[in-house]
Amino acid sequence: MTEFIKYVIEGIPLGCVFALVAIGLVLTYKTSGVFNLAFGAQAYVAAVLFYELRVRNGWTVLPAFVVVVLLASPLFGLLLEVLIFRHLRTASPLAKLVSSLGLLVAVPQFVQILLGTDPTFGVVGIWWNDDALYHFGDFVLDGKEVAVIASTVAAVLLLGVLFRFLPIGLRMRAVVESPRMTELAGVNADRVSAFSWMLSSLFAGLAGVLLAPLYASLAPQNFTTLLVAAIAAAAFARLTSIPLALLGGILLGVAQALLAGYLPPASLLAQNLRPSLPFAALFLLLLFWPGLRTATASRDPLSGVDPPPMESAVATRSPALTMAPRVFGVFAGGVVLLLVMTTFNEKWVTIFTTAVIYSVIFLSITVITGMAGEISLAQATFAGIGAFATAQFVSVFGLAVLPTLFIGALVAAAVGALIAIPLLRLGGIFLSLGTLAVALVFETVIVPRGWVSGGARPVQIPRPVGFADDRTFFLLCVAVLIVASVFVIFIRRGTTGQFLAALRGSETAAQSIGVNPTRIRILAFAVSAGIAGLGGGLLATQKHIATAADFSYFYGLFFVVLVVTLSTRTVEGAINAALGFALIPPLILEPLGLNPAWQFVLFGLGAITYARHPEGVLEFQKRKSLAAIERRLPQRFRSPPITDDASPLPAGGAD
Amino acid sequence: MPLLDAHGISKRFSGITALDAVTLDVEENEAVGLIGPNGAGKTTFFNCLLGLLRADLGRVTFAGNDITRAPVYRRARAGIGRTFQRMELFTDMTVRDHLLVAERSRLGTGRFWKDVLNLSAPTGDEQARAAATLELLRLTDVADAPIEALSLGRGRLVEVGRALMTDPKLLLLDEPSSGLDAGETAALADTLRLVPAERGTAILLVEHDVEFVRTFVSRVFVLDFGTLIATGPTADVLASDEVRRAYLGETV
Repeated sequence: MTEFIKYVIEGIPLGCVFALVAIGLVLTYKTSGVFNLAFGAQAYVAAVLFYELRVRNGWTVLPAFVVVVLLASPLFGLLLEVLIFRHLRTASPLAKLVSSLGLLVAVPQFVQILLGTDPTFGVVGIWWNDDALYHFGDFVLDGKEVAVIASTVAAVLLLGVLFRFLPIGLRMRAVVESPRMTELAGVNADRVSAFSWMLSSLFAGLAGVLLAPLYASLAPQNFTTLLVAAIAAAAFARLTSIPLALLGGILLGVAQALLAGYLPPASLLAQNLRPSLPFAALFLLLLFWPGLRTATASRDPLSGVDPPPMESAVATRSPALTMAPRVFGVFAGGVVLLLVMTTFNEKWVTIFTTAVIYSVIFLSITVITGMAGEISLAQATFAGIGAFATAQFVSVFGLAVLPTLFIGALVAAAVGALIAIPLLRLGGIFLSLGTLAVALVFETVIVPRGWVSGGARPVQIPRPVGFADDRTFFLLCVAVLIVASVFVIFIRRGTTGQFLAALRGSETAAQSIGVNPTRIRILAFAVSAGIAGLGGGLLATQKHIATAADFSYFYGLFFVVLVVTLSTRTVEGAINAALGFALIPPLILEPLGLNPAWQFVLFGLGAITYARHPEGVLEFQKRKSLAAIERRLPQRFRSPPITDDASPLPAGGAD
Repeated sequence: MPLLDAHGISKRFSGITALDAVTLDVEENEAVGLIGPNGAGKTTFFNCLLGLLRADLGRVTFAGNDITRAPVYRRARAGIGRTFQRMELFTDMTVRDHLLVAERSRLGTGRFWKDVLNLSAPTGDEQARAAATLELLRLTDVADAPIEALSLGRGRLVEVGRALMTDPKLLLLDEPSSGLDAGETAALADTLRLVPAERGTAILLVEHDVEFVRTFVSRVFVLDFGTLIATGPTADVLASDEVRRAYLGETV
């Protein structure tokens, strides 16, 4: 019994850190509709900054704490609210999630570019003496742990006082109920939301500073765990209740400590389950926690008065202008093909092959995001499933590589469909969070298994017979890309694509004509996962080896921000994204002597625009410039004008 | 036996009774109205019929089948079409595409392998049916316009057309006049009047505009505070004192 209590107490400090971020998530989600994944990044920034000041610049605890937690963190939150999220108020929660995803990708990379990636050992906490031992009866806590518990209690008390006794707390509660109603009552909802952003960012910063000393060094992956654990705790609170978020975080921390205490340390379960517990917890909560689904429905009595969605550039134009960019694209593609086959050296052949392979992977995002309107953060995982399946089938059963690539794609498609079936009940941001949990569980639990990745010795995979040479392999990849592109275009044009477009436009209206949304979305998920799996198989074949690092969850996040920045709606969008991914480092960053991580920053920041231009910023600019060209064209080349009697209507449901 | 029979529908929202044992029926080929002041429970009732909300008590039968627990899309396939009070159109689609996608859904001939082989283009029959519906609703001139370019009134007609393409036995019109001025409402009513005659579709109209109701439906149900306070032939019900008090206010 004392052992049990000992483990419970050991788990509480970590649980408190989870809870702080979870409370921040609930607070911002409720007051501004943003499920802010960037809190993971904000916690990391605070921890790094604190480390810089304390360890590298020798500041004392108090000024460092004041500057980092009380000043810099809230200021950062305020900046995010004022510069980004305030302008996205009418966007859907999913679009806002993508914007925060962009920050989650960009911000830690930016910090690492600025401060270097030197190992950061000797992390210190905020307590006077981190290693002092405090005895509570039979139980012992050290200074770091006491600091966590004390700060959490202080933060929660502060929040309680704020909500109960101060006018701003009352206004926040009103904004939570209905921002529009609150505005009608004369309260500036912007100011309230800015305040709650500052408050929750302070919590995230505090969590970062508290979390860092619990580990040996400042590793970004600990902050991913923190973020996911906080999301799980927020899901436990159904994204509404702050006390439940607190409880959820603590329970998760305690569960982790109990697992660590009771499982034999060398056992398989202990090695995999303990670090992945928050991921598994998130997945299970999303699937089985009652009430999450209803929490997503808006209960705002004025939710029907949203302004129309942001204007998107017109997609209809004259056939000549539709053809011109395509002809140019095919021509440029032909030139590149010729150069790769004749003049380019090995390095550039590899780079272009990589671009072609990633184009295939990114086409999967064209399907799931561009066509189905869902954000899946597990596309790199599906690519990995395809790669590992292909490699294992080839090495275990000695199958021919080329047909096995398609078997790998089918395996990925099957897994995609299986995952989609439970997750699709949720939809929206919960679906995205679920795919994140899937990606992380897969990476920590399944990939390390020998029968998946080969464990310590990654599985080898030969090039297909006849395509061993780099140039002929390039041709093979181009052929696969063409087949995959035509596949996607035909599906988009066909019944499946039309039904998906209808669902994207208005789910209730699509159902009202008899479209079964679940069935069609499972199909989209399977197709998308299959395409990703095909690309993953090709990637492993190119490299002769299937390595887990190529398919880490981080790439799953990065692929999404990359493709949504360019365009999710078109096949060219996927190809452009892949070209950017493969060419920006060698063409722009290397010659300028810049850190390759700049591309993560660049596209991460680009994804922030998703909420404004869901068709992709590049696609938006293209449509705008083509429209401008069209206006200058002589009459006979223009598309027929559309006339109607009255003012245009805002199309599309906001459901 | 009536086409639609909603029997004893009750719905409570955390203690507030939104609907109290409301019973309503629609015969085949009949236009029926459902009216009531704001907050009477019209929309809640509508949503219970459509499966967007689940009634706490009561039973909905349609064409002899119990559909009380059927999901929305199954009710649509059973033959209930609808329009929306707040426009629900498909972004980035032309008017014709709206009808074609509904037609394909009705036929249920979409197959994934056909998509992959590029065999899913609209057939001649599908095109002809879409053209006929466009003609009926006088939308032919904007058939290939993007939906964003249409006026509110014609957007409503696109919703009607989209619903008609599924060959509904019953068409539910949710406040079709909302957001339209008197002239537009009259034009919409004129066009809508053609529908039952041409297609033999029964209609359940939820509407505020008393003139619209008076000229459009033969029988009317009146809801107030979640209960049915009157039902019968339109003219009689609208003239009754009780309805005038509840619906039009004491002083009228």
